[in-house]
Amino acid sequence: MSKGKTDDVTGTETTGHSWDGIEELNTPLPRWWLWTLYLCIIWGIIYTIAYPAWPMVSGATKGVLGWSTRANVAAEITAHESKNADLATALLATDMDVLPASADLNRYAVARGGAVFRANCSQCHGSGAAGAKGYPNLLDDEWLWGGAMADIEYTVRHGIRNEQDADARYSQMPAFGELLEKDEITAVVEHVVSLSNAEFDATLAEAGATVFADNCSACHGETGLGDRAQGAPNLADAIWLYGGDRNALTETVKNARFGVMPAWGPRLTEADVRAVSAYVHSLGGGE
Amino acid sequence: MAFIDKHAILEKSPTLLLVASLLVVTVGGIVEIAPLFWLENTIEEVEGVRPYSPLELTGRDIYVREGCYVCHSQMIRPMRDEVERYGHYSLAAESMYDHPFQWGSKRTGPDVARVGGRYSDAWHVDHLSDPQSVVPESIMPKYAFLKETPIEPTHIEALLKTHRFVGVPYSDEQIEEARADFRAQADPEADYDGMLERYPGAAVANFDGQPELTEMDALIAYLQILGTMVDFSTFTPDASR
Repeated sequence: MSKGKTDDVTGTETTGHSWDGIEELNTPLPRWWLWTLYLCIIWGIIYTIAYPAWPMVSGATKGVLGWSTRANVAAEITAHESKNADLATALLATDMDVLPASADLNRYAVARGGAVFRANCSQCHGSGAAGAKGYPNLLDDEWLWGGAMADIEYTVRHGIRNEQDADARYSQMPAFGELLEKDEITAVVEHVVSLSNAEFDATLAEAGATVFADNCSACHGETGLGDRAQGAPNLADAIWLYGGDRNALTETVKNARFGVMPAWGPRLTEADVRAVSAYVHSLGGGE
Repeated sequence: MAFIDKHAILEKSPTLLLVASLLVVTVGGIVEIAPLFWLENTIEEVEGVRPYSPLELTGRDIYVREGCYVCHSQMIRPMRDEVERYGHYSLAAESMYDHPFQWGSKRTGPDVARVGGRYSDAWHVDHLSDPQSVVPESIMPKYAFLKETPIEPTHIEALLKTHRFVGVPYSDEQIEEARADFRAQADPEADYDGMLERYPGAAVANFDGQPELTEMDALIAYLQILGTMVDFSTFTPDASR
């Protein structure tokens, strides 16, 4: 770079390069810009020393501040849990059957359980717990496996007909399509309709009563009131999980149904299992 | 400024300029590329993560084909809200056999990194066929055609070999048995012991509830394994990473 050579018009130093008599100006960078650049470089170096940054052979440098995302999230969760630590400990220690009687603890359990329910259960049972076809409504007082606090807690913990938990509630209705004749199925469906519906064919239902007594009463009871010990639904209360019209009932009798609920014991914490049981119990049908 | 003045030497010799440019680019290249050679050392050692079974891998391809990743990520970030909603934050090892990976943070639908085992197979059939039938507020499109689209393991060996080519440790035995394993996983009546030995923890079920093997079977088999390979009751991740 040749020094001291200045452009006559602008008074700015030139680079000394000349092409066909045209010279290149060497206008200096603005000071503020240059200093910002230097500061950014210095800040960048300090940052990579302070925080985890440089990749090495078996991991990155840890940084002198000891920042750890994993430790932070663990600390944050602990901090939030500690705010309710007394209530959470009390929830773990309480006898679930008497929980609804203790107002404060119950309020905590129901609020916590509601959050657990919305994150984990609402996909099947609905965000308002009203269920859907094939997924029981939890707002009413019709229970397949029992609506007492202990029953609900067991169902949440172990689930129904799943393969993850050996203690899951289990029952399997046979597929009567292979066991009964076609007219027997028509008759037994008419009998089931007659249990909760005023409009039915009396002669057909009469014939179906015999089929029902021989094939269905062992689980659903002689009068069709069901049996919670086996998860056999009450057929006389006009509440239907898969539909109560003749077509839906014929489908159920022929192929049987196999509703599955996962076991939540291994996925949720003990306090969450208790809380969500309390929430479901509080929805209106708890016994 | 004597040193800087010497740039005229470089500028006047094209060959020298070429060599010097190459040197500069090489430095940049080494800084960016070299860490990739040690990438495996940086993945936390985790027990239980295995390559996908042939049916799961086929389901994964359907997942990618249908663009599920456009709305659903598979990466639970280490943040309190995500950990409390979805479960333990994702580990790098959990997606080490994913080609391509399904990480992301844009969630039109919920993260599915740990959806495995969370819902029943029948729920997945209901939900994929008509999401609004079980989640009325959902905006997910319907994928009912999956259960009407039969699949055959026509190219399954080639698929496994391709994944082996990019680093998934499929054994010769796994590739030989791929066809049989593909069918066995969707048939609880079949002899699936060998399949379970090759792919521990795989769910064996008639996923879609129909006698035919359909894309629905494959996709649900894939969804049901997501996030279930690592047993967090026995495994504690590094406190800081």
